[in-house]
Amino acid sequence: MFENLSHLALQQYWWVIISLLASFLVFLMFVQGGQTLIYRLGKAPVEKTMLVNALGRKWEFTFTTLVTFGGAFFASFPLFYATSFGGAYWVWMAILFCFIIQAIAYEFRSKPNNFLGQKTYDIFLFINGALGTILIGTAVGTFFNGAMFSVNELNSSQWETSYRGLEAVLNLHNLALGFTVFFLARILGIFYFIRNVEDENIYTRSKKHLLYNTIPFLVFFLAFLIRLLLKDGFAYNPETGEVSMVSFKYFNNLISMPLVFIFLISGVILVLYALYTGLFARSIRGFYFAGTGTVLVVFSLFLIAGLNHTCYYPSIFDLQSSLNIENSSSSHYTLTAMSYVSLIIPFVLAYIVYAWSAINKKKINASEMENEPHLY
Amino acid sequence: MIDAIDFSLVNWSRGQFALTAFYHWFFVPLTLGITFIIAIMETIYVRTGDEGWKKITKFWMTLFGINFAIGIATGLIMEFEFGTNWSNYSWFVGDIFGAPLAIEGIMAFFLESTFIAVMFFGWNKVSKKFHLLSTWLVATGASLSALWILVANAWMQYPVGMQFNPDTARNEMVSFWDILLSPVAVNKFLHTISSGYILASIFVIGVSAWFLLQKRNIMFARRSIVVAAIFGFLSSLHIIATGDGSARQLAKIQPMKLAAMEGLYKGYEGVGLVVIGVLAPREEYPGINDGKDFYLRIEIPKLLSYMSFGSSNAFVPGILDLVDGNSERGILSASEKIERGKYARDVLRELKEAKEKGDMMRYETLKAKFTDENFKDEYFRYFGYGYIDDPGRLIPNVPLSFYSFRLMVSLGFYFLLFFILTLILVYTRTLEKRKWFQLLALFTIPLAYLATMLGWTVAEMGRQPWVIQDLMPTFSAVSNLDAATVQVTFWLFVIIFTALLIAEVKIMTKQIKIGPNEGGN
Repeated sequence: MFENLSHLALQQYWWVIISLLASFLVFLMFVQGGQTLIYRLGKAPVEKTMLVNALGRKWEFTFTTLVTFGGAFFASFPLFYATSFGGAYWVWMAILFCFIIQAIAYEFRSKPNNFLGQKTYDIFLFINGALGTILIGTAVGTFFNGAMFSVNELNSSQWETSYRGLEAVLNLHNLALGFTVFFLARILGIFYFIRNVEDENIYTRSKKHLLYNTIPFLVFFLAFLIRLLLKDGFAYNPETGEVSMVSFKYFNNLISMPLVFIFLISGVILVLYALYTGLFARSIRGFYFAGTGTVLVVFSLFLIAGLNHTCYYPSIFDLQSSLNIENSSSSHYTLTAMSYVSLIIPFVLAYIVYAWSAINKKKINASEMENEPHLY
Repeated sequence: MIDAIDFSLVNWSRGQFALTAFYHWFFVPLTLGITFIIAIMETIYVRTGDEGWKKITKFWMTLFGINFAIGIATGLIMEFEFGTNWSNYSWFVGDIFGAPLAIEGIMAFFLESTFIAVMFFGWNKVSKKFHLLSTWLVATGASLSALWILVANAWMQYPVGMQFNPDTARNEMVSFWDILLSPVAVNKFLHTISSGYILASIFVIGVSAWFLLQKRNIMFARRSIVVAAIFGFLSSLHIIATGDGSARQLAKIQPMKLAAMEGLYKGYEGVGLVVIGVLAPREEYPGINDGKDFYLRIEIPKLLSYMSFGSSNAFVPGILDLVDGNSERGILSASEKIERGKYARDVLRELKEAKEKGDMMRYETLKAKFTDENFKDEYFRYFGYGYIDDPGRLIPNVPLSFYSFRLMVSLGFYFLLFFILTLILVYTRTLEKRKWFQLLALFTIPLAYLATMLGWTVAEMGRQPWVIQDLMPTFSAVSNLDAATVQVTFWLFVIIFTALLIAEVKIMTKQIKIGPNEGGN
């Protein structure tokens, strides 16, 4: 089946999978967003316990998706893995540190004799939620704004600044995406709490904080999106591989791929509708609307970053070193083998949904916290 | 370990990766084994309906949860360090090496992370059978995860199923099944997961013995010991069988590692297996001394020859044979391999130049060489030697390999005896009366950790200087960073991993002291 596809078709197929993984990762960052709100939405100890435990039952999904995203990128586009991770060393290391401290925080925070104290683990959760989302968003911003690297004829890459990726924060457009992801994660976290925690005080505070986070989210998101659609983009000639700057490249990508345009518009509408229901109605379905909208928006942004002869990892040091799905991918054979593996993804999604719904039938409440033997 | 570092980028990068791997492997084997032990315990609970078994299951599950989190955190770092610190490696073999990592995520991590939530929080939310299934799926997911990462590691030791592409200057996969079902991968997987099962069994027996020492939760301790001792005993038999298989494979694919593990400098026919030995210090490789490089050497005659080649009189090459060559035995010298490797690299360089100049005829001629079987066998297979400037670099750390291997094997046999002894005491119902055994069981826990770390030391230090056997030396795989950058992250990792280890040990010991609450006794 897959072996009959052209190399380009497989590269596109894998870019779609990478984009899907990225979109699910951003959606699952409701865990990170929620972590930054534990002390805002929870005042009494039992309220904090409910919030932490609601998130604690889901944090491994985000973590696993991040690991799988990394593995899939490595397998399908290894030159990106080698160039970006080996080059933008400080950014990726900072992101990794943010996630190390999250992994243990849930399990350790409420255990007796936990060495660092509960407060420290809660700070770890906050750092992961705040810095982790901002850094990942900023790093993804370089997909549109470029990074300082070069690649030689043997595909050995070199980073061309001593800041090792930290220079990405000097670009306001990158930062706008970083803060968009941060506030979006908080909004998703609030929707998740509204959907999964049964407590009137938390609900009231959630509504208030939804408004506080909606305003900056809309400002940063619109700033990012408008700038993206107006800016020049990094295009490559599929015949010669030559890279050039093209006006309104990302806007043109949307026009050239109407389905992606529909995804983006639908995603934005769904997020806005979720915000409306969250702010002006008493509905628990905002989580689903916002989640689906997030997946659609991030998915479409990744698609316009890498498809339609666009360099998804441009070099602003040496334009011709820019990476696109054709010059950075694995071989036809590897992509074919991996494509067969990808057929199990629907099965994986099915058992995740089944298991998730099995333990999420009822909202978390204070009495469950009293009787639950395994508490975070 | 720090003393051995020469503060160059390569060594700091190696140090950082070794540090991460050390901490990762400190937690993973317990996860691999204890999940199966928990699944067996829960199966007994579901089949018998005995609430005591449920409480036992829950107790070990709590300890598993504490241990599991750091394993995940360090695993994430390891995956990304291939990119951050070994970016040249990531490109050179990413076409092959990335696939198992991605499959590990899709196939194993989601299985673990999904059903671990059911395992911990589903007791009152799902049926008994669905909960039991979830526990088994977590155990399966953990071992599946080990399968894929060990397939990746085995490929580094025995690169198969690939073809070099001169256009992209990297190796590309040509047979997924050759990589997955390579005999080295299969053996490495079985050997390594067995070590995890043994460690977890010893952990369960040791912790249970502590309860016996305290004269509390006796029934809980006895039941836990029974399950762990049977599981550990079977795993011990299995690990010895797979260890034997490893020796035969090493003789063929990594003879230098085998020679270093045996401290064998000059090969000969009918080589014995050193049971106990004290190596004499050696200045480089000054000459032939017929394998008498020991102050003390007690061996089983001809066993190494037999284990390696199935014949008690077979010739086993020594370090000197592999460095200086042995024409009588058809072994090329390192210098010859270096020349051939340099030739293969020169051909690649010429090909690139021809392409740049647009000399397509010459380019096509040179490109054809990389698919020519003779060129591949005679030259390209030594590609990595082209980076080596000194044949002495091809010799791994002999004392470290030698002593690590001896100690690991000795402990492996000790563990088998330990499990037999445990089963005898279980059978004779004397576990509670034998205080010496309870102490022995407790102090065997650190030995299990030591043995499994020694195993990785042998596997990874013994294969130096190669990151991919014969194709890529470790020093050419490193990212283009400066050493100071890596030093900073190295020390940050030291601080954070050590703090987390301390936290884990403190939490774990506290939970053990709390015990299985009111149940199980």
